[in-house]
Amino acid sequence: MENNLQQSLQKKNGKEPSKIVARGVNVYYGDKQALFNVGLEVPHRRVTALIGPSGCGKSTFLRCINRMNDVIDGCRVEGFITIDGMDIFSLDAVGLRARIGMVFQKPNPFPKSIYENVAYGVRIHSLARTKSELNAIVNNSLKRAGLAREVADRLHDPAYSLSGGQQQRLCIARAIALQPELILMDEPCSALDPIATARIENLIAELSLNYTILIVTHSMQQAARVSHRTVFFHLGRVIESGDTNKIFTKPRRKQTERYITGRIG
Amino acid sequence: MNKTLDSIDKHLKRRHRADRRYRLYGQLAIVFALLFLLMFFFSIITRALPAFWYQTASLSLELSARVLGGEAGDPLPREISERQARKLLDAALALELGPSSERAILRARRALLTPLAALELKKLLLEKRYKDQEREQGVRIGDKLLLPFALSSESGNYISSLRYSQLGSKEEEASSLPEPQRRSLSILQQRGLIEKRFNFAFFVRSDSRTATSAGIWGALVGSFWALLIAFILAFPLGLFTALHLQEFAPRNRLTYVIEVAIYNLAAVPSIVFGLLGLSIFLNWWHLPRSASLVGGLVLALMTLPTIVVASRNALASVSEGIRSAGLALGASREQVVFHHVLPRAMPGILTGTIIGMAQALGETAPLLMIGMVAFVAQAPMTPLEPATALPVQIFLWADHPDPAFSSRSAAAILVMLVFLVVMNAAAVILRRSFERRG
Repeated sequence: MENNLQQSLQKKNGKEPSKIVARGVNVYYGDKQALFNVGLEVPHRRVTALIGPSGCGKSTFLRCINRMNDVIDGCRVEGFITIDGMDIFSLDAVGLRARIGMVFQKPNPFPKSIYENVAYGVRIHSLARTKSELNAIVNNSLKRAGLAREVADRLHDPAYSLSGGQQQRLCIARAIALQPELILMDEPCSALDPIATARIENLIAELSLNYTILIVTHSMQQAARVSHRTVFFHLGRVIESGDTNKIFTKPRRKQTERYITGRIG
Repeated sequence: MNKTLDSIDKHLKRRHRADRRYRLYGQLAIVFALLFLLMFFFSIITRALPAFWYQTASLSLELSARVLGGEAGDPLPREISERQARKLLDAALALELGPSSERAILRARRALLTPLAALELKKLLLEKRYKDQEREQGVRIGDKLLLPFALSSESGNYISSLRYSQLGSKEEEASSLPEPQRRSLSILQQRGLIEKRFNFAFFVRSDSRTATSAGIWGALVGSFWALLIAFILAFPLGLFTALHLQEFAPRNRLTYVIEVAIYNLAAVPSIVFGLLGLSIFLNWWHLPRSASLVGGLVLALMTLPTIVVASRNALASVSEGIRSAGLALGASREQVVFHHVLPRAMPGILTGTIIGMAQALGETAPLLMIGMVAFVAQAPMTPLEPATALPVQIFLWADHPDPAFSSRSAAAILVMLVFLVVMNAAAVILRRSFERRG
């Protein structure tokens, strides 16, 4: 972890452009404003954690990045977000979402077989030309999500027959089957027991070698364990962002300190 | 401390008593409901049973040359008139009851059998002749046939009442049958010629002026056509309306108004739909009167709101997580709806549709308005022909002065109930298969 952090700092100094740049993002649900002038940067191939008390806008911001807010009635997004320098609001939302994986708070596999869950995205985007190619993608994705061995002999069983933690890893396999550039995770462990949580956290660490991961979490321990960078949200504003070590040891803002020591939230 | 415990204990007993009381109320309600159900079935079944059976008299019929012409041993003539058939019947009756040429007696004897007996005999003989053409040995003139003939409904009732009176009280006076006919019937019965047979004709024949030959087939076919048309129209229309309102349409004032209108439509009395059918489909579009096509159109309008409301509820109950999952994978909204939401909602949608169809099956009032209440003696081959439907047939028969028709009415209710059970069973099977796939 230490080593990774140093690398990230070097890269930062080496002026590698950030994966995501957000500037002046305002989000309104009807008349209520949920995000105020949010600006932040997310580095390449690092885990960035969004923390903050409930209702502070972390998930709302996450949903801005793959434009999932578009489908909510009465939701309006203002501002400027780029991925690899491309303005996401000029892209087709459906195409954008295909390039970004997302894992939700509650495991939400489709009511189909395990195999079909992973194959679905590949199918609708015609990423596999032959049956064997599809099989290879499915198996590879399950392997990378650490699920391959557990489900090897029951690929065609319904996904709902898996345990909660397995279902969540299936959702991760489903997301990485599309080879996304970025994975968004919205409190992926909040519905899981500690053992399943540990497995997912290990998985996040492995995946961060290849993917940029943005994770919303309620648990500060989790943020400290898995992330390289942390962004602290409060009441719809970004209060502080920086390397996870610094945020948790020497926060610059009073509010951040109060939150991580458990006095607000 | 003790005081609070005491008071809790005291209240606890009272609460348990209340618990038991309410459970008792519920059980009583169920017992009452079952009692009424039992009474309903008992009354319907006891009234319907006579319709499933009919009394026959077996008569030996001589195909005499005197009546049919030709000579003994000849094949049957090409044409046989109803008059000739009646003469054959008269002779057969005379064989059992003694010869007579008195008009009044002849008429009384003919009234023993159904008014259609001669017509049916004629049909039967012509059929036999047609069938025997290819074969060498067939029915020839001069042959004797032993054939069962249906008794008229009055004689049938008299025979049944005799059976009952043998069991208990001797109340023969209840029958309105004239004395000579009673005597003839008891002669036939003493010779063991009267026989009870299962009334297959009830299921394969259509409405008739006489109760003994009236059947349910025509109404069944009429109901089938009307329901088929109602389903073909209402299911896709209702499904897509629900899909659009629930999944695609923006929530604004217009969609709100449409929504409220649909909910209100579900509560509109069905006769209003009949009036609408009358003024639009018949008077404006000039579609054929009393056709099951128009009946189907009206029933489709009537069931549409039910289907829309049920489908919307089914779609709304699909978890939001599945939608988000699809969208986040880069599926378009249509793909999410058709790949994930719709298959998930299908069991609920089907249930709603079947409930709507079951309502439509039992609906009488709108069909009366568009003239599906006519006397129709032939099953409609196409939806454009005049037809009746099961509930209308029940209504017509229940109203008939002949008591034999009212037992047919009860039998038709049983047939309709069976139809409903079959429909619901089909729905359950469909739903199961969807759930298994999901």
